[in-house]
Amino acid sequence: MNAVSARQRGRAAVLIAPLVIFLGVFFLWPLWLMVDVSIRNDAIGGAFPRTSELIGSWDGEGAPDAETQAALVEDLREASQSTLGAAVRTLNSQVSGFRTLMGRTATAARDLEVGQTLDLVEVDDRWAEPRFWRAIQVSVAPYTDRNLLAALDLERADTGEIEPMPASASANRLIIWRTFAIAGSVTLLCALIGLPYAMLAASVTGWKRNALLLAVLLPLWTSLLVRTAAWFILLQNEGIINKTLMGLGWIDGPLPLIFNRLGVVIAMTHVLLPFMVLPIFSVVSAIPKNLMPAAASLGARPLRAFWRVLLPLSMPGLLAGSLLVFMVAIGYYITPALVGGPNDQMISSVIAFYALQTANWGMAGALGILLLAVTTVLYLVYGRLSRGGAPTGA
Amino acid sequence: MKSTIKRLALASSFAALAIASSSAQDRNLTVVSWGGNYQDAQREIYFEPFTAETGIAITEESWDGGYGVIAAKMETRPADWDVVQVETEELALGCADGMYETVDWEALGGEDKFLPAAVNECGVGAIVWTTGLSYDAEKFTEAPTGWEDFWNTEEYPGKRGLRRGPKYSLEFALMADGVPVDEVYEVLGTDEGVDRAFAKLDEIKGDIVWWEAGAQPIQLLASGEVVMTTAYNGRLAGINKTEGTNFQIVWPGSIYAIDSWVVLKDSPNKDAAFEFINFASQPENQAKLPEFIAYGLTNVEAGAALAPEVAAELPTSPENLEGAIALDGDFWVDNIEELNERFNAWLAQ
Repeated sequence: MNAVSARQRGRAAVLIAPLVIFLGVFFLWPLWLMVDVSIRNDAIGGAFPRTSELIGSWDGEGAPDAETQAALVEDLREASQSTLGAAVRTLNSQVSGFRTLMGRTATAARDLEVGQTLDLVEVDDRWAEPRFWRAIQVSVAPYTDRNLLAALDLERADTGEIEPMPASASANRLIIWRTFAIAGSVTLLCALIGLPYAMLAASVTGWKRNALLLAVLLPLWTSLLVRTAAWFILLQNEGIINKTLMGLGWIDGPLPLIFNRLGVVIAMTHVLLPFMVLPIFSVVSAIPKNLMPAAASLGARPLRAFWRVLLPLSMPGLLAGSLLVFMVAIGYYITPALVGGPNDQMISSVIAFYALQTANWGMAGALGILLLAVTTVLYLVYGRLSRGGAPTGA
Repeated sequence: MKSTIKRLALASSFAALAIASSSAQDRNLTVVSWGGNYQDAQREIYFEPFTAETGIAITEESWDGGYGVIAAKMETRPADWDVVQVETEELALGCADGMYETVDWEALGGEDKFLPAAVNECGVGAIVWTTGLSYDAEKFTEAPTGWEDFWNTEEYPGKRGLRRGPKYSLEFALMADGVPVDEVYEVLGTDEGVDRAFAKLDEIKGDIVWWEAGAQPIQLLASGEVVMTTAYNGRLAGINKTEGTNFQIVWPGSIYAIDSWVVLKDSPNKDAAFEFINFASQPENQAKLPEFIAYGLTNVEAGAALAPEVAAELPTSPENLEGAIALDGDFWVDNIEELNERFNAWLAQ
């Protein structure tokens, strides 16, 4: 008996193995890479081994001693371009100017004859400033919390304490709040439109139902960019909506519908509506049709019957739809860029900046982790709600 | 950035991809450019004639720039791209990081055949393009003449378009504030200079529409959403030609930049790649480009061979260079992260 069930379990394991491997390779492994890249800090130690050893004893005043400086020159002579590149990227994201400083110094170091010494301050007078050396000193540790802190607008002071960055230096926290605010309002709007729509679609049959569902699905089959561009054409000052309203004489000047929060919320609600309608529809269409007449026969007015019977039964669909919409919405990037104003930029565009423009994958990873953490928390809350709130055997 | 072991692990977990890339040796020469009508023109005057002449087949790809893309590609060498057209910063960054093959300038006919700014140890200049103040000439009786007018919302009421980000915005703000064009990067290199630029941007913050893609400012001008905007000169000349519009650019105070061809390090098609770059740098081939798109040429002979009325539209004509400056790639390579963070914080205020 045991042998049989063990064999069955073994066969089941083989059957789901492709899925597990797929998830591992294409989901867990990249996730781990993202976490790893945001805290790993081995670029400096790898490119400057000699300097790393010596700079620890520097007291942080003036420039380090001649021995440390000579070690840096030696490291620069020996370092391959690709290890040096990663190290300079890390340093430059802490103190602007390292790019040209290191480039110039590395050239001077390579041109150096054997036996000569190089006066670093003569190559570039920035080497007299302690802040450049301090950046090297703090970057020697193999792991760092710098990116994670910077993602939240925090930094470590020279004394090692965590303190907030000056308000003018970074706005990640604000952009993250903004991201949630936009995603939240889109979710709410989708729920307000999607719930009645899905109930309507579930209550009719035949071609009416098909037409209603098709109207929701059709946008899903169109490219995101095209849908966003379409809203651009509709909402602009000389667009159809403003022209019609002005033509009817209802307004004097064009309404500000685009390049602001309103435009972003409208466009995103349209794009994400299917993710709300479809889960609700699947739940509502499974609710027995005779429950509402039953409630009415027991004396409930239509509104009360809806409130006490239909809405609670549709709750699982509404929750699943809201979760889906919210999670997709916080990752949005193209729509805010095209129809949003300066204060509608969402966190994905900051991530894209670091990942694509400056190859600072540490910062991109740290911001990504932040989003992931929030999404995970939301998912756990959803799990709780859907277990506690969903009626069984509907 | 990543240890060898990890790279090996990554490679082995992508076994299928590894097999695909091991056949890199016999893939076509892959050339990557900016897409759109620019790449259409390149196909006609460079790609197809090159294949016809040498028999070397070319696979084309397009990209939107960004050093992170190159850095990611080069995590597994050899990358599946050979020749890429890059902007100033990607050239500077990648050259410092050893991402590109060194150019043999002698094989290209010597450095003096090219504009000085087009010569780099890692890249060969391909085009010169300009970002400047643009407006619809049909809508003005008195056209704006410089950045002071861009900031003058009383005389020129309406929204203004700027490319989102600190690059270009800060330079233009300083010019509007009276900094002579040749001192802009000097001033911007100081903390006070950056403060000054942001303070100047504050004055018109509420009037700015920020754009990101090169086609957007043209659309904004055409729809009347903005009265003036920064835009790329090639796009303006292009729309004037195809749509019959009269969009003008103000050359003094504009910033020009050079896009370069680079060959990615360890490319299996290295020889063919440089042969292609050589072909695309020949004066008789380059001189065909302005017919399609109004970019300046990097080969001196090619520039000289153009008809005067064609040359007058290009960023490289002497009259248009008057009062214009080159984008300082070194400055932006050093400061883009810090200034971008500050720019985001400023926008959010």
